[in-house]
Amino acid sequence: MTRDEDSATYPRISQSQAHEQPELVRLEAIDKVFASGTRALAQLDLVLRCGEFVSLLGPSGCGKSTVLRLIAGLVQPTRGRILFTQRLQAGEIGFVFQEPTLMPWATVAANVALPLRLRGVDRGRTEKAVAEALARVGLGSAARAYPHELSGGMKMRVSIARALVTRPSLLLMDEPFAALDEITRARLDEELTRLWQAHGWTVLFVTHSVFEAVYLSTRILVMSARPGRVVAEIPVDAPWPRDEDFRTSPTYTALCRTVSTALRRAMAA
Amino acid sequence: MNHKVIVEMSEGLGDRSPRAANAGSRAAHDAAVRVAAPLIIGLFLLAGWELLVRLREIPIYILPAPSQIATELVQSWSVLFPALLLTLEIAALALLLAVISGVGLALLCSLARWIELALMPYAVTLQVTPVVSVAPLILIYVDEPRTAVVLCAWIVAFFPILANTMLGLASTDRNLRDLFQLYGANRWQELWFLRLPAALPYFLGGLRIAGGLALIGAVVAEYVAGTAGVGTGLAFRVLEAQYRLNIPRMFAGLFLLALTGIAIYLVLSGLSRLLLRHWHESARVREN
Repeated sequence: MTRDEDSATYPRISQSQAHEQPELVRLEAIDKVFASGTRALAQLDLVLRCGEFVSLLGPSGCGKSTVLRLIAGLVQPTRGRILFTQRLQAGEIGFVFQEPTLMPWATVAANVALPLRLRGVDRGRTEKAVAEALARVGLGSAARAYPHELSGGMKMRVSIARALVTRPSLLLMDEPFAALDEITRARLDEELTRLWQAHGWTVLFVTHSVFEAVYLSTRILVMSARPGRVVAEIPVDAPWPRDEDFRTSPTYTALCRTVSTALRRAMAA
Repeated sequence: MNHKVIVEMSEGLGDRSPRAANAGSRAAHDAAVRVAAPLIIGLFLLAGWELLVRLREIPIYILPAPSQIATELVQSWSVLFPALLLTLEIAALALLLAVISGVGLALLCSLARWIELALMPYAVTLQVTPVVSVAPLILIYVDEPRTAVVLCAWIVAFFPILANTMLGLASTDRNLRDLFQLYGANRWQELWFLRLPAALPYFLGGLRIAGGLALIGAVVAEYVAGTAGVGTGLAFRVLEAQYRLNIPRMFAGLFLLALTGIAIYLVLSGLSRLLLRHWHESARVREN
């Protein structure tokens, strides 16, 4: 696996220091045509570097989710290559869906334990890891509850805890907070960036919210309408931790405007 | 069948209107009305029936009064109760077989699409052919009459379990399936941790229907077998009472059959609620 700093074909708005990090995964000239004949992706190139928080932003139906599913190995590309610099085992990739996607018949703890149970991890280690993951998302006391007893935001935290329990190096998130109210969403965004900073995962975060993307990311990739490909890359060079002040800062506003413009152009193209 | 199943499963959702602060007393009031209202109607009807028979002096062999039926029920308890137990045993055995075969076949169908395609037409044929017309054949070819009766009851009880379980096994959340794939779950893990629990509410809905049908199947088979020496099930006793023009005993037998059907339904509904109480919409009590 070679690292080529100039391989990205989309226009770069500025250099980010994240470019110095080693690559984790690279998608090259990906085409995805579904059995129905729908062309979801065409000539998509994308590079994720270790420790980045990358948002994938685009109009609905542009194939954002498909990109995540390709990286997770849930679907195969029709053409093109997906290259990992290191072999990721099952569990090293965490996936968070738009819905909490919990098993309603299982307690919170059992839901979070699922990835470990499927891999045959012994009970003692599982319990410890589950307690740790739940504590990290602030749900330590809800372990014995059933999903229906929780609010939408809490369910989403359980879903995140489940993705974290295997200590993944790559976290794929498919509009995880889209169904939540604005207040809950802002809070979870904030908690997510804190967790990301503390643990140094690589995150690929699909969203259709410009504001969320700017707040969360180190880099934003804008996708065109279907068939989707990456048409713009916008580094977000704001310092961490980002707090409420960041949301009202001129940097933030300017970035939002840049991203909005890029998105509008992508949709028109 | 599926329509029936869906109605069956969604019942109990409608009667849960949001309750206010005085939920406790309202709930108690609800429960009281639930018991008292049908009881009052029942007593009213029975009194009317009793009065009608007495005032118009209707002969007992045409229409016995409730009091006469009750007397008969007590007097012939030693005949009717063992018969009831036998019929119940047959229905239970048939239901057990239906569960084993229905769930087993549903699992088999979920393994491969071609198995489903190959078997379903015959399962449907078995279901739509009226058991009344099949029963005489079974009685001819199966030597042991009790086995024949169990077989008839099984035929009618089997399909709802098969159809519902299949529906349930196919109704798993797509994202959850992706998640299992992502974490490298094998086929058995997916079945055990995901498909079977997801199918449980559907299976229980089918079971509730199948319970009633097993009883009907047993009764039909006993009727068809008639005096061919099948034995002493409750349906046979009712038929026997008819031949002897013992109309009160017919009513007493019917009463016991109806009671048995209700008991089966209540037991299976209770089982369903017990198993689903933690998570399924149909078994949850709204708290706010």
